Amino acid sequence: MGMLAKAAAIGAFAALSLGQAASADEDARLIINGEEEMIVRAAPPAWSPLPELLSGWLFRTVETQRLQMDDFENPGFTSVDSAWETWSLPEGSAGKSCADCHGDAASMKGVRAVMPKVNAENGELWTLEMYINNCRTERMGAESWGWNSGSMVDMTALISLQSRGMPVNVAIDGAAAPFWEAGKELYYTRTGQLELSCANCHEDNYGNMIRADHLSQGQINGFPVYRLKNAKLNSIHARFKGCVRDTRAETYKEGSPEFTALELYVASRGNGLSVEAPSVRN
Amino acid sequence: MKPLKLALVPVFALALANAGWAGDVAAGDVVYDDGAVAVSLSGMAGDPAAGKKVMTTRGLGNCIACHTVSSLSEFAFHGEIGPTLDGAGSRWTEAQLRGIVSDAKKTFDGSMMPSFYKKSGYIRPGNAYTGKAASEDELSTLLTAQQIEDVVAYLQTLKD
Repeated sequence: MGMLAKAAAIGAFAALSLGQAASADEDARLIINGEEEMIVRAAPPAWSPLPELLSGWLFRTVETQRLQMDDFENPGFTSVDSAWETWSLPEGSAGKSCADCHGDAASMKGVRAVMPKVNAENGELWTLEMYINNCRTERMGAESWGWNSGSMVDMTALISLQSRGMPVNVAIDGAAAPFWEAGKELYYTRTGQLELSCANCHEDNYGNMIRADHLSQGQINGFPVYRLKNAKLNSIHARFKGCVRDTRAETYKEGSPEFTALELYVASRGNGLSVEAPSVRN
Repeated sequence: MKPLKLALVPVFALALANAGWAGDVAAGDVVYDDGAVAVSLSGMAGDPAAGKKVMTTRGLGNCIACHTVSSLSEFAFHGEIGPTLDGAGSRWTEAQLRGIVSDAKKTFDGSMMPSFYKKSGYIRPGNAYTGKAASEDELSTLLTAQQIEDVVAYLQTLKD
């Protein structure tokens, strides 16, 4: 091979590997531990503006995808293990643990798939974190956990894992309807000095590169998500906050009515995709 | 005149902080004619070499985050959000380019492109990337008048 041909071959290889880094195999299937297949492509609900629902897993590099295909490789499982211990740890003035009322954590199966949902007792829209803290303060007599504290995010991972593989199925009608409408309004509002809405990137431009980032549909079926970028599990609202901050806007707070409504709306845009928690992204 | 001008720079910088230079057209006073802006925002000519830096630097214009530009291929990772800027200098006049870079929404209704020379009309404006609130009188334009001119000068070099 002449020098020129060699140089051309190297160039082609570099371009090819860059392309692979940007977008993985479009037909890739997410099968965890060689046996649990996740629904990473789903038909959209009738009202959805998306032609097809796509898990964020499809937008990641092959290397990142692999980390989620084996629970021993998945760095999010350190947190799951830690929450297993917390589950049976008695705390608070009642001296009770999660296990005392709920038995095995497997009893939480299905919970994550329908979160957030309207709390029938007070008519408020509650996320998984709110239900957990309610248990802690009202039933256990324990301190509430901070939204992004390790204990909280770990527990949401353990509880969400029990629903892994089940399709997301949040209610958007009835009592949930006004919250869903409020979340939709936020989704399309262009905030901050960059005047960007969620839709600008995640509806109009998913699949496209923005500098070195491959834009996904912004689905939240994989949360809490282990991000390689900050090497920890991240809550949904923490991720929302990062996105809004990056529009050079004043963010909302974790647990605010705005982010809770937005969580419902964004979750509903993924109704039909599998719960993947804890997922791995970059 | 040059030494005198330099001597005045610190005075203006102190007095005007982030409001830009005295000779700049204020963001609120820019006259858009069908999206185009006829006169230099800084009153001075743009420098294409400085414009190239603005276009490729993440903390500045970072134009290539969304646009591909063949002549900037030495810089990695060009985005796919907006159209390529190749040939922009042939497709648009200097005034049109200045208008698009300053506030693209005046040319393309509803454009996703940020308005780089605007200071008002935002929803929940923040203090840069801190996530904290900023009042509109605290905001600076995303680029200075001279940086806009520099980018426009570079774009004019992109001929078919």
